[in-house]
Amino acid sequence: MYDGWKIILGVIIFIGLMAFPIYYGFGKATPPPDPKVDTPEIMKLPESERKCIEPKDFMKTAHMKMLDDWRDWVVRDGMTVFIASDGKQYTMSLQNTCMNCHSNKKEFCDECHNYTAVSPYCWDCHIEPKENEL
Amino acid sequence: MSMDRRTFLKIAGISTVLGVGGISAGAGLSKNVVEASSITRNSEALIGKRWGMVVDLSKFDDETMKRVVEACHREHNVPSVDYEKHEIKWLWPEKFEHAFPEQEDEYLAEDIKHSYVPLLCNHCDNPPCVRVCPTQATFKREDGIVMMDMHRCIGCRFCMAACPFGARSFNYKDPRKLDPKLEKNPEFPTRMRGVVEKCTLCYERLAKGLEPTCVKESNGALIFGDLDDPNSEVRKILDEHYSIRRKPELGTKPSVYYIFG
Repeated sequence: MYDGWKIILGVIIFIGLMAFPIYYGFGKATPPPDPKVDTPEIMKLPESERKCIEPKDFMKTAHMKMLDDWRDWVVRDGMTVFIASDGKQYTMSLQNTCMNCHSNKKEFCDECHNYTAVSPYCWDCHIEPKENEL
Repeated sequence: MSMDRRTFLKIAGISTVLGVGGISAGAGLSKNVVEASSITRNSEALIGKRWGMVVDLSKFDDETMKRVVEACHREHNVPSVDYEKHEIKWLWPEKFEHAFPEQEDEYLAEDIKHSYVPLLCNHCDNPPCVRVCPTQATFKREDGIVMMDMHRCIGCRFCMAACPFGARSFNYKDPRKLDPKLEKNPEFPTRMRGVVEKCTLCYERLAKGLEPTCVKESNGALIFGDLDDPNSEVRKILDEHYSIRRKPELGTKPSVYYIFG
């Protein structure tokens, strides 16, 4: 092989650079996300009322589909009230209903979204709670 | 490998059945709507067939104009922009002769000619903007409001070309950066760069049983109601007054009427 050492050296440098993220993060576990639900608004509620509009597991896995449905129902169909499976009624609004309790966008929304590397564009238009900007 | 025609058809048939079964099983798994939940309207919501507005120009002075425009723009977080080409307009004043260019009356009284009239989206019954929108981001609701779904707008601006009233504005820049004091109403969203916006006849207030902000602030200079209902206040006013609309000859059937008191 002509100039073999140059090729081998190049390959080694290339692999070294490409594999950088692997050995840089080796042995370091990223802590799993821990969304905080202890906002003043939630803590004000009596113990028995401290739950989301639907069961926690459902909200964890399907909140994005639910919000997607909500925006179509509100904007396109003019339906504004959601009757949850326990019969309680809520105004369908991310900005005014969800964020009213979850007033900690950085510790609640961003916690998981950053961990899973998703960047929803909700906040390009919807105004996030003011507490975060302090 | 050899296979006779009969075996081939059998295998093909069975795999089709299995494949279709597999797809429907997958669809069942991805369904995650809570079965027991449902949606409804707010019980106080205003419901109409064709919402419209009557503008009483005799009651519109500079002070009223300023008040209603400011109230609208504050309520909907509309940025105030100095550069005219990037201006965002929901409700805005325009000279009579520019608002009604087809009224070519040579000796029209100067104070009418140069008076300012309030303009807004006409919520046409036959809206050309809706017809050209490729994503149905702008659409006509059952109650006649020509609505914008900002989630769907791709910023192609066909609607702006189609609208003969100039009622639509494009966000060339991020409105939050253009106007740092933008978020005046924390209950209403802003818009983002690259979408078209316009008056939505306060659909969010109608859903709560309230009349549009401009009507509330106008002290009777703007009258809101259902044009489809012969007993509504707007229809009664139109029965008794001479009224004009902007560019009715284009056939878009605007729902905003102007009267002279």
